[in-house]
Amino acid sequence: MAKQVVIVDPLTRIEGHLKIKVEVENGVVTDAFSSGEMFRGWEIILKDRSPLDAPPIAQRICGVCPMPHGTGAILALDDAFDVKPPANGRIIRNLMLGAEFIHSHLLHFYHLSALDFVDITAVLNYKGMDPKLNKIKDWVKADLDAKVASAGAPFLPRYEGDYIQDADVNLQAISNYIKALEVRRKAHEMLAIFGGKIPHCQTLFPGGVATILDLDKIVAFRSRLSEIRAFIDNQYIPDVVAVASLYPSYFKIGRGAGNFLSYGGFPIDDSGNQYYTSGVYADGNISEFDAKYVAEFVKYSKYSSGSGLYPLDGETTPDAKKSGAYSWLKAPRYNGKVVEVGPLARAIITYIKGTDPDLKNLLDSALTMLGLEPEDLISTMGRHAARALELKLLADKMDEWADELDPGKPVHTKFKIPMKSDGMGLTEASRGSLGHWISIDNWRIENYQAVVPTTWNGGPRDDSGNMGPYEQALIGAPIADVNNPIEVGRIIRSFDPCLACAVHIMEGDREILKFRVC
Amino acid sequence: MLISRKRFLQISAGSIAGIALSNLWLPKLLSASNAKNGKGRLPIIWFQAQACSGCPVSFIDTEYPGVDEVLIEVITLEFNPVIMGAAGDQALGVIDRMITEESGKYILVVDGSIPLEEDGLYCAVGEKDEKPITALEWINKIAVNALAVVAVGTCATWGGIPAAPPNPTGAVPASKVVKDKPVINIPGCPPHPDWMVGTLVNVLKYGIPELDSLGRPIMFFGPEKLIHDNCELRQYFDTGIFAKDFGDKGCLYELGCKGPVAHCDVSTRGWNSGVSWCNRSGGPCIGCTEPFFPGGTGSGLYEKLPGAEVPGLEKINASANTIGIALGGAVVAGIGAHAAARMIATKYRQYKDEKNREKGTPYILKEKEEEEDK
Repeated sequence: MAKQVVIVDPLTRIEGHLKIKVEVENGVVTDAFSSGEMFRGWEIILKDRSPLDAPPIAQRICGVCPMPHGTGAILALDDAFDVKPPANGRIIRNLMLGAEFIHSHLLHFYHLSALDFVDITAVLNYKGMDPKLNKIKDWVKADLDAKVASAGAPFLPRYEGDYIQDADVNLQAISNYIKALEVRRKAHEMLAIFGGKIPHCQTLFPGGVATILDLDKIVAFRSRLSEIRAFIDNQYIPDVVAVASLYPSYFKIGRGAGNFLSYGGFPIDDSGNQYYTSGVYADGNISEFDAKYVAEFVKYSKYSSGSGLYPLDGETTPDAKKSGAYSWLKAPRYNGKVVEVGPLARAIITYIKGTDPDLKNLLDSALTMLGLEPEDLISTMGRHAARALELKLLADKMDEWADELDPGKPVHTKFKIPMKSDGMGLTEASRGSLGHWISIDNWRIENYQAVVPTTWNGGPRDDSGNMGPYEQALIGAPIADVNNPIEVGRIIRSFDPCLACAVHIMEGDREILKFRVC
Repeated sequence: MLISRKRFLQISAGSIAGIALSNLWLPKLLSASNAKNGKGRLPIIWFQAQACSGCPVSFIDTEYPGVDEVLIEVITLEFNPVIMGAAGDQALGVIDRMITEESGKYILVVDGSIPLEEDGLYCAVGEKDEKPITALEWINKIAVNALAVVAVGTCATWGGIPAAPPNPTGAVPASKVVKDKPVINIPGCPPHPDWMVGTLVNVLKYGIPELDSLGRPIMFFGPEKLIHDNCELRQYFDTGIFAKDFGDKGCLYELGCKGPVAHCDVSTRGWNSGVSWCNRSGGPCIGCTEPFFPGGTGSGLYEKLPGAEVPGLEKINASANTIGIALGGAVVAGIGAHAAARMIATKYRQYKDEKNREKGTPYILKEKEEEEDK
């Protein structure tokens, strides 16, 4: 059977502009290319501005995950200014970042990914009394009866394929799609209680936060958190398990690089201990993370600056006509290895290091229930499972942290902008490991670099020709119908791509497209 | 929430004659949407250019009406990359169908700026004959057949951060690309969901809302919506109590608040279901709805606004501090702190102009200013 080329452009229900191209032979993917299609030059724009502008402007790299970028930026400033937040400041930052995780993970499962599995048309056969489901049913039915071309928009049209047949699972998921809109809105409310507004909050400053902390904020925050925790336990996790148990093959599909990285995140004290452990799992071995091994390669990226550089030494000098280059995305590597970042990476590293017994117990019982081996987690469905379970534990932890807040104590430590300094801010974003690097000279930003999760996961081949995790995950995947490549979306969406934060790849010597974040 | 009291009274009195644009477009709009699906919903193509998706994420944060209500009762969201089921050619096919079958009946919503450098290749969606199709091409193609264009977010309205110096990609707002169509500008980084939903409801029910000279709906961005005039920390300003450090109580002027020059209604509406807003949280307003946002190279979002002379307070080159103390003492009748704020605003504009001239103004700002001057 001849090779068939399948292009999905734009790949929707993600953040940003992504194009995926695969070559299919005998129903199996044999080659894959992932292209980001947007460049804005954030790092160039930040140059020569006040260092205090970094948190608000860096947040605006991405409207789905602004808080992680804000966190990376303030941690870089804390480091450069040599200032530490007081306990209240540290906790409020954690609570705001945690609220972002809740919003982001729920959005990802229900509103971005579920439509790849759940049959939205099942609502037409609904016979129950739920007013919202009946409203949707009447709406779609009326438009279908009237033969309106856009019936069911924006949910239809869609690729046809092996959607869920079980009516109960479908209806439960559709009902929770609507409920989750409200729940994730409340997660944003939690963030805004301490941050003023979101997307793009107002209170992130070196040395802590600007939030005026009083009791009613804490109560308003915890009350919403309690409601959301109930949703996670009683709806989100059961829905993920229901979908996972109907698609066991997706525990074998979309494995990816098989190496993992976590910077760690959510500082829990002043001595560097973090809730998410840091570490590297590569070639079957676990090791401690050391930032000095992070390097960005540009052999196949359209930059005239040097290759294999530590981010702070990196530059963003576009060179559209660079010979042999095919991507606007730099290829970050850890000690030369292709690594995946994100909830699955955090879960694997934490599981192997044994640093969180709660997570290990949850993962083990989930594996037993689904009849799986730990190895099966490294897959499309494993990413969904890891994301759901980590959110449950994080939300529980957030309630403990909120209880530690003390309204009588300061939220902020005074800082002075240094004339010359460097700083590094490493954190875990909902989508994975995120690093910001700042260099200050003459009280202004001299250089700014961000290496984002989607760059790690969606980046191009490196100087040695190794493919990035997205491309590796696609290789070997079955495509049942090249006119309805529903499998491509399932695999790529499991990574939770965020393109405003990064990508561009190309094929041979022919440029496909431009892209890169930041 | 959706319309101002003044506007409501105008409508109930059957008098929208003062709003020329509405009269012009209203009959066409209503017949268009009626023809569409018999339910009076507004067909929307929501196209993302150099965006961060903060605008659509804010849009789905709408509380009343909820986003499900909006999707079922207010609009038909034909195309939006973040939410839609379709992908690839199937998704782009929706746009092609709309352009041919629904010409002149749909609204184009744009978030993100549009890059012009490198033939627009800094942002592309889909391809034709193996060549990427740029955002610029898409927007031209969709706008020509649209009834009207709604630019949401500061990138699509003024250029925003992508257009900040040195504007590496030649980013411009929608109004610089779209010709011969009404463009409604809903700025904000991101815009409040009520501004977006409210404007769409207004377009659907009453036609294009009354706009100011920059194309902003005055019900959300009018001159009386100056943040400083409606700020809950205003009492601190009037009595001269200023926060000196982040997390302190007091007016945020000294920490760089842009409330005296920023227009929008969040100080009364509140953000995220009204739980807070910028200044209430302690984070000073950075003026994200304004054409000057985020300022030129070398500037800082938290630079203090320059001092202002207050009319009636002779020879006091007052900083906000002294203004506050002076007015708090209630020495001078008839001098509202209002006036002081206006003076600050004017001063700030002059200051910013000078600063921009020094550092190189993003050209979109220059053009906006020229338009304002006219």
